[in-house]
Amino acid sequence: MEDMIFYDRLQFAFTITFHYIFPQLTMGLSLLIVYFKWKYLRNKIEKYNDAAKFFMKIFAINFTMGVVTGIPMEFQFGTNWAKFSELTGGIIGQTLAMEGMFSFFLESSFLALFIFGEKLMGQKLHLLTGFLVFLGSWASGWFILATNAWMQHPVGYEILDNGKFVLENFSALFGNPWLLPAFLHNQLASVVTSSFVVASIGAFYVLREKQIEHGKLFLKTGVIFGLVSSVLVAFPTGDWNAKNVAQYQPAAFAAMEGIFETENAGAEIVLIGQPNMVEKKLDNKIAVPNILSFLTYQEWHKQIPGMDKFKKEDLPDNIPALYYSYHIMVGLGTVFMGIMALAVFFLWRKKLYKAKGLLWTIMFLVPFPYIANLTGWYVAELGRQPYLVYGLLRTVDGISPTVSSGNTLFTLLGFVALYMLLGLLFLILVGKTINQGPKPQTH
Amino acid sequence: METFWFIAIAIVLAVFFVLDGYDFGAGIIHLFLAKTESDKEVIAKSAGLFWDSNEVWLVAAGGMLFMAFPTFYASVFSGFYLPLIIVLWLIIFRAIGLEFRGQFNFQMWKDIWDKSFGVSSLLLALFFGIALGNIVRGVNLGGVENGVSIYEGHYFFLPLWDSSFSPLSETPGIIDWFTIIIGLISVVTLAIHGANWIILKTNSSINDNLKNVIFKLNIALAALTLFSLVVWKTVNPNSLDNFAHKPYLLIFPIIYLTGLVGLFFIKKLKKDIHGFALSTLLILGGITSSLASLFPVILPSVNSINEPLTIYNTASSEYGLSVALTWGILGFILIFIYMIVQKRLMAGKIDKMDYGH
Repeated sequence: MEDMIFYDRLQFAFTITFHYIFPQLTMGLSLLIVYFKWKYLRNKIEKYNDAAKFFMKIFAINFTMGVVTGIPMEFQFGTNWAKFSELTGGIIGQTLAMEGMFSFFLESSFLALFIFGEKLMGQKLHLLTGFLVFLGSWASGWFILATNAWMQHPVGYEILDNGKFVLENFSALFGNPWLLPAFLHNQLASVVTSSFVVASIGAFYVLREKQIEHGKLFLKTGVIFGLVSSVLVAFPTGDWNAKNVAQYQPAAFAAMEGIFETENAGAEIVLIGQPNMVEKKLDNKIAVPNILSFLTYQEWHKQIPGMDKFKKEDLPDNIPALYYSYHIMVGLGTVFMGIMALAVFFLWRKKLYKAKGLLWTIMFLVPFPYIANLTGWYVAELGRQPYLVYGLLRTVDGISPTVSSGNTLFTLLGFVALYMLLGLLFLILVGKTINQGPKPQTH
Repeated sequence: METFWFIAIAIVLAVFFVLDGYDFGAGIIHLFLAKTESDKEVIAKSAGLFWDSNEVWLVAAGGMLFMAFPTFYASVFSGFYLPLIIVLWLIIFRAIGLEFRGQFNFQMWKDIWDKSFGVSSLLLALFFGIALGNIVRGVNLGGVENGVSIYEGHYFFLPLWDSSFSPLSETPGIIDWFTIIIGLISVVTLAIHGANWIILKTNSSINDNLKNVIFKLNIALAALTLFSLVVWKTVNPNSLDNFAHKPYLLIFPIIYLTGLVGLFFIKKLKKDIHGFALSTLLILGGITSSLASLFPVILPSVNSINEPLTIYNTASSEYGLSVALTWGILGFILIFIYMIVQKRLMAGKIDKMDYGH
């Protein structure tokens, strides 16, 4: 049983980590593509149209990867988490089926038209198809987060004698107080990723002194979108989410913030420190008193329950992973704001395109928004442990009773091998597209 | 309400097999018949442009099944664990084969991805048929050993095969001689469908020859169908009762027969679309006949201890199903609008169009 649950969780974590590399880019990039296309319709400057079409190529590669790695996610609910599916399918099946019906069809139908249909449809319709792709990809995020929000903070359900969750109030699924902040935070974070990608490709072109005109456009757009979105990710949406966790999952909140013991007065905010699970304290701690209480409740001396207030079996089972994920996410978010603010300042002073050091930084920063987004996802998922449905259904009670750990280990190894191949091919393909550039040069 | 959702999911699944079926079939034809580079390219393109919007139907069918019949979803997906994961890997291999073959212009690269596309299409067609074979045959629900159920009611786990290789064994495996016959029917049907698609969508040099191929495959299909009907009764004795009690269900086998008989006249057909329409009937008729023979059962039990899974004992709550009906109707209307828009814009032979990236 122990290793069954371990392999099931590991497989889900691995496949969703790999999967989430792709939709976080496509969701944000679809917004930037619509922006480029819209600008082109306004100003008729050809390079804006080139930009929209160029990023649509990158979008298409990522979309394909997202589809092929997304189908396993749907399958795994049934294959590895059969008990969970049986008990909750009547509720989360609603949001998952809606994702398929309302967003996936929209996105994939109009993506093909956007890629192939510019000449057939004319510019206005082309913008419209781009907008519909954007709508589809954001709707997809909405339904997936509605599913996740129900697992984090279950609403609108009734539990039958046989343990099955049945739907009692459909609209509650979308009025879930967890949903809107999580959705906005997530979507803005995906705009951060895509802005960094756009800026990074721009920096690459400018530094390489090829495709310079396009490179400057990408840089300018990337850093402005990057600054706005990285600020909005933190305030108000990040803050709003943290308050939700403090309110609905206090045990997870204590673990995220590294509060081992409840203090009598206000809680301090930990900037640096390493959780020591043996002595139940933070090593090498640097902290500022009372700030956490203020940030969470706008009261300097409000008490925040620490991990000592909860039963051991209700605490997240991997506290260091949760603590580090949270601090990495917040730390990187702060770095992003700083660098993007600097870049926008340079842009305003008309020095950005010559600031080599900054351009190199922007170019190589591109993995970090991915890391920040993934650790953000881990915070949500590790924080929900040891439950699948918070407070109601434990993770250990959700796995497939008939599938042995050997089977899961075998399929996990298969996924690892296959995804390594996929990742390699993906990098080759994206690298090739970037190298060709928006206007392949013929000399 | 359960019946409605059963029909809705059956339709989505059937549409999936009609749509993705042609690109599976194109893969099978590609593997065996495409010799010149231009044929290989144009056939791969005839599948490559459409596979992802076709695969959406599989995702939708999965989502709807999960929502409407969660117990069935949980039971079948964990019961057929290994083959389903293998199906997933094949889907991924096929997709990357299609997406990547044209990316680099050297022969070894193309050959690798051509094989990846062709072989995984063939295996997927086989596996989907085998899956259907398992569902009409039934499984050892509850995993009964020595007269005692080892898992509660509806959970089971099937090995890939049982040493006897027989569908009549008490613990049949996923692959036995009966499910292989259904698998072969699936391969042949989809190959015919794919060939019709290639004729419809391309100006490939093998198009004339493909009509002969379809004719031969159709003879094989007729023989396999006849044989499977004879053994089906042995494997699942109740299989034909539904048709006897509710004669109106015979419409589904008749649809299948229309396709089968019509395809013998393939060489005389005036328009390319007629062939494609006939193989579409073949697929629609085949899937609906199988499901109609079971209804309201969706997974028969081969042991006497456990009840079969039906649409009633696996369904979600009445309220959930009726809410989903409301948004489901809206969803279907939207999907049909998208499809009409898309098909109109992408009609015609693909090699005349400017679809280059």
